Amino acid sequence: MTKSRYPAFPYIVFMTIFIVVPLIMVAYFAFTTSTGEFTMQNIIRVGDYIPVIIKSLFLAFVATAICLLLGYPFAYIMANKTSNIRRTMFMLIMLPMWMNFLLRTYSWMTILENNGLLNRFLGFFGIGPFEMINTQGAVVLGMVYDYLPFMIVPLYTIMMKMDHSLVQAAQDLGANPLQVFTNVILPQTMQGIKTGITMVFVPSVSTFVISRMLGGGSELMVGDLIEMQFGSNNYNPNLGSAISFVLMIIVLICMSVMNQFDSDDIDKEGRIAI
Amino acid sequence: MENNAIIRLKDIVVEFDGESVLRHINLDIRNHEFVTLLGPSGCGKTTTLRIIGGFVNPKSGDVFFDGKRINDLPPYKREVNTVFQKYALFPNLNVYENIAFGLRLKKVPDEEIRERVFEMLDLVNMRGYERRDVNLLSGGQQQRVAIARALINKPQVLLLDEPLGALDLKLRKEMQIELKKIQRETKITFIYVTHDQEEALTMSDTVVVMRAGEIQQIGTPIDIYNEPINAFVADFIGESNIIDGVMKKDYLVNFAGRDFDCVDFGFEENEDVDVVIRPEDIKISDPEKGQITGKVESIIFKGVHYEIVVIDGNGFNWKIHSTLYEEPGREVGLSVIPDDIHIMHKMAEAEK
Repeated sequence: MTKSRYPAFPYIVFMTIFIVVPLIMVAYFAFTTSTGEFTMQNIIRVGDYIPVIIKSLFLAFVATAICLLLGYPFAYIMANKTSNIRRTMFMLIMLPMWMNFLLRTYSWMTILENNGLLNRFLGFFGIGPFEMINTQGAVVLGMVYDYLPFMIVPLYTIMMKMDHSLVQAAQDLGANPLQVFTNVILPQTMQGIKTGITMVFVPSVSTFVISRMLGGGSELMVGDLIEMQFGSNNYNPNLGSAISFVLMIIVLICMSVMNQFDSDDIDKEGRIAI
Repeated sequence: MENNAIIRLKDIVVEFDGESVLRHINLDIRNHEFVTLLGPSGCGKTTTLRIIGGFVNPKSGDVFFDGKRINDLPPYKREVNTVFQKYALFPNLNVYENIAFGLRLKKVPDEEIRERVFEMLDLVNMRGYERRDVNLLSGGQQQRVAIARALINKPQVLLLDEPLGALDLKLRKEMQIELKKIQRETKITFIYVTHDQEEALTMSDTVVVMRAGEIQQIGTPIDIYNEPINAFVADFIGESNIIDGVMKKDYLVNFAGRDFDCVDFGFEENEDVDVVIRPEDIKISDPEKGQITGKVESIIFKGVHYEIVVIDGNGFNWKIHSTLYEEPGREVGLSVIPDDIHIMHKMAEAEK
């Protein structure tokens, strides 16, 4: 390492102030009482909320899976279009993102309400009304709607860089469309899949706006739980930090499991999967 | 001859965005031959190759493989394999698995795969590299892997799309010889695309010269070089002096202000023709002994020979290859024997 480290100095300062210090503070609050003495009580109390955490992980997992299933083919089609169509499609994906996040989620409320747009529309045909708002389905829908672009963009970026001559090489060597996908396209886009999953799963698991608005009070998620600890009537930053801390550890574990799984796949002496 | 055509292209037309890329290509490729499609960039040679590989569908016309029409057969069902221009090795697989790819898809037993991969490694001189990461190989080594990967499927026809384009001159020459050797040993039909005329002449049994989506001439390297069918082929295959002439009658042509005996016949009387003379066929002498006189304009040392430019009385620049030095500015005579004067029909104006 003969390279000078001085240019990195501003970033190190920035990261220390805005990332490392807050993390240490979260950890400090998680392991102290309101008077500043060390305690494990907060962490132990997180145990009461295990069902909420599991539900949050589950909903986030479902939303991420749906985003991947929708986003992957979309990104693939988009990447293979001419540049004009590509730009239009990209615009359509990004356009809703320019609107306020709360506004977007509110609009889903008016659509899904018991006498909302969708139920009234279905009512014309004598169907329904269905209970759509305040369900887990509505929460997942909101997550998918809000976070789908975060799946598509990294996938699209990596697919644009994909070497199409490899697809032809595989076809040439006798690979049918499915074999081309598993042996050439999937390995080449794995990095994009990993990035997309991370970018959708992490915000989904800790969201509280979507679950509050589309899940009502009934579908409490871990994000709501944390937010409640910082609310006015039962202010408890120590418990809030403890839940955040545990959630962070769980997410870290999830991510490293995913990375482990993936590198295993490639390592197998470079053998192809058929 | 027609019976053993392994590939037959019949009246192939290809258009990209309304622009015609191939215009009515008819081509028979005989089994076990080394055929080169040669032409400048944009002449349609790579498109022709991709038609055979199945990566481009012709707008009209038929592709036959061993007598069967294969227009609608997707690439993965065709008994041809391709060596791509940029090798297109799978970066996530090592050398062994890259070569084994085709056999793995066919679910060939491991034992047989092993045997055939090593056979291929021997063929391309890459034994000992089987565990290597393909991303860390040199261009020449990657090319060998690409060739082995294509040949292991025992295709009837191997398509090679400018496979040596990215290699340096010395390596290219070595690979040319090696490819020719591999072709002779395996007896597989090679269809080779290149814009390098020397490469084409060195390796091929048959050369197909293409230009602007049309085939200009098909023949052995010697035929193509010695008897080019028109001024384009003459110019593209090696260097040429191309001068306007008039065919006075059989065996007599007028150019550069005088009549020359020649060996060509069958032209109309007083037909305008292109006269092609190779630079190495012109002899320099004292002015009074030459058929044409001119002044040495420039001389460049090229290694094996000098390239000399002589301007004659009509202002035509003659390119001459000679092993002898000539002083620039000197008056010289040029002469050429009848055998070395090649007469060609003028190409239609539109084709130029």
